[in-house]
Amino acid sequence: MIKIIDYAAGNAPSVLNAIEHMGYKASLCRTPSDLEDATHIILPGVGSARATIDSLLEMNILSELEKAVLVDKVPFLGICVGLQILFDFSEEENTVCLGWLKGRVVKFDQNLTRVPQMGWNKVTFQKNIPYSLKSSYFYFVNSYHALPEDESVVWGVSHYGVPFTAAINKENIYATQFHVEKSGAAGLSLLEYFIHLTKE
Amino acid sequence: MLTKRLIACFDIVNGNVTKAYKFQDNIYVSPAEVLAERIYKEQIDELIFYDITASWENRPIDIETVRKVAKCVFVGFTVGGGIRNLDDMYSALKAGAEKISIDSMAVRNPKIITDGAKAFGSQCMLLSTQVKLTGRTKSGYEVFIDGARTATGMDAIEWIRQGQELGAGEVCLNSIDMDGTMEGYDLNLIKLAEKAVSIPIIASGGAGRSEHLKSLFESTDASAGIISSMLYSPRMDRNYSVLELKEYLLANGINARSSLN
Repeated sequence: MIKIIDYAAGNAPSVLNAIEHMGYKASLCRTPSDLEDATHIILPGVGSARATIDSLLEMNILSELEKAVLVDKVPFLGICVGLQILFDFSEEENTVCLGWLKGRVVKFDQNLTRVPQMGWNKVTFQKNIPYSLKSSYFYFVNSYHALPEDESVVWGVSHYGVPFTAAINKENIYATQFHVEKSGAAGLSLLEYFIHLTKE
Repeated sequence: MLTKRLIACFDIVNGNVTKAYKFQDNIYVSPAEVLAERIYKEQIDELIFYDITASWENRPIDIETVRKVAKCVFVGFTVGGGIRNLDDMYSALKAGAEKISIDSMAVRNPKIITDGAKAFGSQCMLLSTQVKLTGRTKSGYEVFIDGARTATGMDAIEWIRQGQELGAGEVCLNSIDMDGTMEGYDLNLIKLAEKAVSIPIIASGGAGRSEHLKSLFESTDASAGIISSMLYSPRMDRNYSVLELKEYLLANGINARSSLN
């Protein structure tokens, strides 16, 4: 079963709507035991890095999540803040994050562009992507973006005042800075690509 | 590069989309989910949903209609009207919205913007404001509330600057003078606003022809334009499709999202 982590500040129901619209089944995950039979795990994100980390701690779900993703290698998709918290540290309220990936999360420069970035931006993928999605528009709502230390985890890039990491992939870990569930047909296609991944 | 957004703004009454003229005389257009699905397929960039009678009737937002619409549009979805506190925001977000629009309530209780931004992030808080050129304030533009019924004496430009300080992540300026007239956006209002705030600006009120979008995006720094009447107002001689507007913008060198590029 596809599991969507449903924490306080998240928009899990929107992701569930998108998956059901494509004819797949998924369920919301609120407790550690809900992760047991996960074939795919999605961590949606709206709100701040701090609120997201606090919610996950409060749900007491982190050790089960890390076991599933880092040990059992269940395909994982983080969305928006769900990408940012995978890194070591976020400048947003100086939040210590999960540290699954090396690097930090920084704010866009308000002198260069209006912040937050709100709307559709073109993403160019570097690897592992269906041809039809190689260069598509996706929907962003973010003030912060990740700076990975290891360039090889960068999956897709975009440009907003500066070039920035729009998506990452390392082994079974996938994450998008944009909202796949709000990116129209392109977003649904990418979500479908993820759903078809299987554990290696 | 970020594209300019075309946004449809639904004025909802009893689960149906309606269309007003200068914030009055709303006439029936379509059930909300039917119109939402149509314009989603035409590649609308974003949808705003206002329960326009909720505050007036002193009840929470029509969550059932929010839920129905959220099930058929997979683009940005903002809701407003009848949002009184964090609980109302939370239930709207759990019903499938991803941004909350605050208007009259923010004037009465500015702290609601800060509370919302703390709980859900600034990007979640859209400060929407109804503005009329009255000449009674510093910029000449005055904030109105309660469906353009009540003047506040507040300066519109000062108010959005304050809104940004309070935590709003985006601002929507609705020109009461231009609403439903189809004579074009109030470009002067947007030019004043773009100097006052660094968050994205949505222009609303007055779009009637594709040229109005072109002049909005060429002469101001607006991130988005509301195009409700053009798409579905029964008062118009001719309605446009979202796709033809995007093709027009692209042909005129304005960056827009389309299946063609």
